[in-house]
Amino acid sequence: MEKSLNWREFVITRLIKAAGYSAILFVLLIFIFLLREGLPTFGEVSLDSLFSVRWYPIEEHFGILPLITGSLIVTIGAALIAVPFGIGTAIFISEIAPRWVREILKPLVELLGGLPSVVLGFLGILVLSPFLRVFLDLPTGLTAFTGSLLLGGIAVPTVVSVAEDALDAVPRAYREGAWALGATQWQTIWRVTLPAARSGVLTAVMLGIGRAIGETMTVMMVTGNAPVLALKLGSLFSPVRTMTATIAAEMGEVANGSTHYHVLFFIGMVLFLISLGVNIAASSVVFRAKKRAERILS
Amino acid sequence: MNKILIESLSLQYSDGTESLRNVSMEIPANAITVLFGPAGGGKSTLLRCLNRLNDLADVQVVEGKVLIDGENILAPQTDVIALRRKVGMVFARPVVLPMSIRANLTYGLELAGEKRRSKLDEAVERSLRLAALWDEVKDRLDDPAIALSGGQQQRLCLARSLALQPEIILLDEPTSGLDPISTGKVEAALQELKKDYTIVLVPHSVQQAARTADYAAFFLQGELIEYGEGSVIFTAPKEKRTEDYITGRFG
Repeated sequence: MEKSLNWREFVITRLIKAAGYSAILFVLLIFIFLLREGLPTFGEVSLDSLFSVRWYPIEEHFGILPLITGSLIVTIGAALIAVPFGIGTAIFISEIAPRWVREILKPLVELLGGLPSVVLGFLGILVLSPFLRVFLDLPTGLTAFTGSLLLGGIAVPTVVSVAEDALDAVPRAYREGAWALGATQWQTIWRVTLPAARSGVLTAVMLGIGRAIGETMTVMMVTGNAPVLALKLGSLFSPVRTMTATIAAEMGEVANGSTHYHVLFFIGMVLFLISLGVNIAASSVVFRAKKRAERILS
Repeated sequence: MNKILIESLSLQYSDGTESLRNVSMEIPANAITVLFGPAGGGKSTLLRCLNRLNDLADVQVVEGKVLIDGENILAPQTDVIALRRKVGMVFARPVVLPMSIRANLTYGLELAGEKRRSKLDEAVERSLRLAALWDEVKDRLDDPAIALSGGQQQRLCLARSLALQPEIILLDEPTSGLDPISTGKVEAALQELKKDYTIVLVPHSVQQAARTADYAAFFLQGELIEYGEGSVIFTAPKEKRTEDYITGRFG
């Protein structure tokens, strides 16, 4: 009896351990693969060319700057939309809405989060972009702005869901403490509840941005796919192309092992570094705040 | 002189439980009035009526009147924010806000629109001295308030409501989580404070009720059983139920 229990224990712990290690292993393998396919770029394309402003692979122009700026402008636009809307909605659901409204809204928002991005892209092409073209009097409705709007829409449910959980976890006693001091509802939210939920809200923002920066399908469908350097404010209303869309659109047609192929992997590496940077920045902010509290408490 | 006048107050929560039944009492100024009795008797509910903190809970029916300085604060046109500045509250678990000691104290004043640094500093020192905390924290006002011990946190919360210069202080089991020494400090502070304030206290034990009460009200299942001077209630109660509770026969 005891023996068989021990044996089961052994197998189960080993299985769990294997699952844990394999997750790390897979990530490592993916990373190694990315490096192996991406690093040869440096031998084949000069740095000058790589950081030029012209992306025209057929004629051996591999300037990735337009793609980076394209990704940045669309993501920043999306963040500017998703963060205030998302946090606002989270505050409404958690702090202001009556209970029955909350019980309808919360699942609804989470349902929206599961909407396939290609469906949103579809809506973008058929509804949003013709509307924007007429409304803003643009030559085409397929612009960075269109992409930002849609990406913002994709990121909002993520932000709302995580931020609402964080706000909900703030002890009720904090709010009562503020109310008892004569704080208005808004003062309580802005000066007590939000700061108390700070790290969770920050996580929500980062996850939202992460969702937006990695999104491929929607941006490929609605941003017009023109690899033009986007540095001016006006480029928000002209077509751009993001890094993700470039990889998705060209990877299928590229000759295996060619320079173009390597550059596409290199773009993947850049993308990886950017999202790694965002994550590290986010967690170090949270970490620092925690560290400080711990140091003083000890 | 009566600061607070409660007239046939009844209150029912929306899940049907009745919390206060036809309570009438007069709470005098410059004294400690203690509301005591077993849990679920409506003490906290009554306390929370006095600064309308119940507005935010699921309350279904409120009947009767609560007059503070002759004004019915349960009337819908009452300025609740101003009321809460006039009626401070300290909770059972110290709720220090996630900021520095100083910011905790100036918080209420800043909400009320006070910006002058000198006024704020003055309020910090005055309220900390009143709450008998000044000597312990005067050198580290900018540390996070979370780093204080439980007893210090509770006195910080007391100081925080005092910083607003309220007229009435409500305390809901303010020493339930504290050691005897800290409890003694809080009680001593209250004895000092009653010279200038009206204090309504829900104690966490009968002993504390007996120690602190100038006036005492015994609550049982939403009803006010007996109300009178503390020295009378705790030595010669009129009601059998009060006596049973005080002598520890139930509760």
